[in-house]
Amino acid sequence: MSPLLRVRDLSVTFPITRPGDMPWTAPRELRAVNGVSFDLEAGQTLGVVGESGCGKSTMARGLIQMVPAKGQVMWRGETDLLALSPRQMKPHRADIQMVFQDPLASLNPRMTVGQIIAEPLKTHRGNLSAGERRTRVAAMMERVGLLPQMINRYPHEFSGGQCQRIGIARALIVEPKLLICDEPVSALDVSIQAQVVDLLKELQRDLNLAMIFIAHDLSVVKNISHDVMVLYLGRVMEKAPRRALYADPQHPYTQALLSAVPVPDPVIERQKRIIQLDGDMPSPMKPPSGCVFRTRCARAQPDCAEVVPQPEGGDHRVACLHPGPVREDELA
Amino acid sequence: MSLLTIKDLSVTFDGEDGPVHAVNNLSLSIDKGQTLGIVGESGSGKSQTAFSIMGLLASNGRTSGSVVFDGQELLGATQKQLNQLRARRIAMIFQDPMTSLNPYMRISDQMTEVLRLHKGLSKTDALAECVRMLDAVKIPAAAERIRLYPHEFSGGMRQRVMIAMSLLCRPDLLIADEPTTALDVTVQAQIMDLLNDLQREFGMATILITHDLGVVAGFCERVLVMYGGRVMEEAPTDPLFETPTHPYTRGLLGAVPRVDDEDAIMTAIPGNPPNMAAPPEGCPFRPRCDFAGEDCRVMPPLVPFDGDRARACHRPVAEVAA
Repeated sequence: MSPLLRVRDLSVTFPITRPGDMPWTAPRELRAVNGVSFDLEAGQTLGVVGESGCGKSTMARGLIQMVPAKGQVMWRGETDLLALSPRQMKPHRADIQMVFQDPLASLNPRMTVGQIIAEPLKTHRGNLSAGERRTRVAAMMERVGLLPQMINRYPHEFSGGQCQRIGIARALIVEPKLLICDEPVSALDVSIQAQVVDLLKELQRDLNLAMIFIAHDLSVVKNISHDVMVLYLGRVMEKAPRRALYADPQHPYTQALLSAVPVPDPVIERQKRIIQLDGDMPSPMKPPSGCVFRTRCARAQPDCAEVVPQPEGGDHRVACLHPGPVREDELA
Repeated sequence: MSLLTIKDLSVTFDGEDGPVHAVNNLSLSIDKGQTLGIVGESGSGKSQTAFSIMGLLASNGRTSGSVVFDGQELLGATQKQLNQLRARRIAMIFQDPMTSLNPYMRISDQMTEVLRLHKGLSKTDALAECVRMLDAVKIPAAAERIRLYPHEFSGGMRQRVMIAMSLLCRPDLLIADEPTTALDVTVQAQIMDLLNDLQREFGMATILITHDLGVVAGFCERVLVMYGGRVMEEAPTDPLFETPTHPYTRGLLGAVPRVDDEDAIMTAIPGNPPNMAAPPEGCPFRPRCDFAGEDCRVMPPLVPFDGDRARACHRPVAEVAA
């Protein structure tokens, strides 16, 4: 049985022209996503984490041709989404929907909530009558915890958490099989984050949704994901089932990320020793040779500059030449 | 005697739809060299509190109460008096290092300006001192990089520049308003580590304003929890995290996802934060509170208990903390 989504060697490259370049100068290439592969089953959540600029959003956009991507994205084992023309892609767009980070900015301020949620129905379920649309919208609003009598209100009348519920309702109204959530709770207050995460989990259970959950917050990802993938400079550093990744990270970058997350406990926080990463992320225009993380890695050896480590292993894949648990001398 | 004492501070904004009470009857005090965290969600009034200390409120904002810094009343002080204190005695770091540095000025010009204006240093002396300070915040090759413009630095480096700039005059009080919110976790860890070291080295009192309980846990000696423009609970850090006595603090701690605990679950606080233009009657947390009763329609006062703690709740400690 092939998985719902099988991604092989996904890459996204942007051509960069600099001011002053002549028209005939070949643009330089910025490789935002490089050789990402994973499988995703129905009812499962893949968490994607990494720092800003690591390519996590671009990867998700590449999957659905929102940015030009290379590689293979097999949908239900039969169709390669990247090989489709925009017209051929359209029927699949209803199956894959997206929820965005900024809850207010991703809703049209001139449309009522009812119109916003009904919009995908007009696009993808054109044969529905207006009355039928209205019934479905009202039912969906109730499903995501909005009062159906608010159907004629405008986005600015809602709080951030409620706006995100509207965004989720809009995505789910066409009954997608895969939901891509791009930092859906990052803009929300802590007390509201948990509400939205709970809602997404509940919807996933009821609708057997597959989810790709992108976030920079490792603790939120831990709460919702079955598998977690760590990206750095467009490459997969580590991918593992959630429990394994958090309890037994093997890649030095994953270890550094995890150690840096502040814990709301003063006793732990004061004694905590973290892996300090020196410097900044290198420019994606000039990624380091070999392993892209080597310039900030305490474990880097001469061979790290020569060989590009591939994510290897079965369930728990690590792209590192010197994987292993954290060593005492790496902690600051 | 404490360095900064705030008594009954209220901040009101006049809007088209009537006044918005952003901060209500806030009192706090901080001693020399202390670290105080102010925790709250958006709209809780934590930043407006900081702005009123610095005299930086928007023009439609009004304050009442008193803010005394080292014996001097700051509310109602003239711009001239405030300018004597700003940067020199009280400094502030803002959330967004991108927008709080002047993009048209070289780092060297923005930084030396502070010293030349407030300390009357010569250009060369000021520059030397600025390079020393950039070294202190661990900017590599500071002597060369001081000539760069803000956009040539990464987010974390810009925040280091901001910190260096705020410490130039060795202030007695540093107010850090969400200093790491715009940064990645690994950079956040670097910056908090740096602030910790500098706080010890320079011995300035620090008010850290944040929504992140994890950041507070590692940095502050005391914590003030705000909600809907009011102080809900105040306590030394350890007891606050160990036995939160206010329903909101409890809810907040339960809602924080934790990375270290295998089976920890996030428990959502139901409902939405109050609309500050039309806040609920009485305790602002009442509509979302599991413990709320009819008496909560009257705002409970902030009552001290256990020596150095205080809480604003009608329910007894034993009932909430159980």
